[in-house]
Amino acid sequence: MADPMRIRAQAAGDKATVRVLMAHEMEGGQRKDASGSIVPAWYIQEVTATHNGKPVLTAEWGPAVSKNPFLQFVVKGAKAGDKIGVNWKDNRGDTRSDEATVS
Amino acid sequence: MQTRRNALKHTAVVAGLLASTGLFPQFAFAFNKSAFDAKSVADALKALGASGALTESKDVSVTAPDIAENGSVVPVGVATTLAGVKTLLIMVEKNPATLTALFNVTESVEPAFQARVKMGQSSDVYAIAIMNDGKVLFAKKEVKVTLGGCGG
Repeated sequence: MADPMRIRAQAAGDKATVRVLMAHEMEGGQRKDASGSIVPAWYIQEVTATHNGKPVLTAEWGPAVSKNPFLQFVVKGAKAGDKIGVNWKDNRGDTRSDEATVS
Repeated sequence: MQTRRNALKHTAVVAGLLASTGLFPQFAFAFNKSAFDAKSVADALKALGASGALTESKDVSVTAPDIAENGSVVPVGVATTLAGVKTLLIMVEKNPATLTALFNVTESVEPAFQARVKMGQSSDVYAIAIMNDGKVLFAKKEVKVTLGGCGG
């Protein structure tokens, strides 16, 4: 299981800004290791965000997203105390879900 | 009786079964692989099924630094002020694969996202909005990269 994500959700008015920092290698499949063989691609492909359990955002990523990806988005109608969940799945089938409370 | 010939045949059968059941995990869900393999903006849009003409729009914005010292971490923001956006895309024109990230916008999120991307070399960065009515709008910005972030 991968390391936990760091999620911060801050309410401002009737929306909340969510910042997510995921821990993932995001290997692009272009790099070569010391012996000259290509390091196989290993990256997050699907990201889903939920607001109180309701999906609000899905994203698909390619290998060109940076290592330990950062994502910021704004959820409408979210207020303090609401739950924001984020889930990712990488190309090896690994997944990770984390949840944060809007403050 | 177990002969060498039979043993070899069985090994081959088992290997074949493993290959067919092991599959490739990336095809297990709706990940649009052809779009993420596309080598140009036009090809990627075609693979996504966006047929509308690509039009530059001032209502779509891309935020990125003018000069990125480290190509492996380039902060990019895409946003639009228009309503009725279906999908927002980040594309880096001269990367090995152009399409970098795709966001499916819903009613509950603002069509504005920030992420960090890798860039192999100086290139135009595109923010592309696919609208519900099929229009494809874009904004682009040139980012100069001092140190490439792909390969090495």
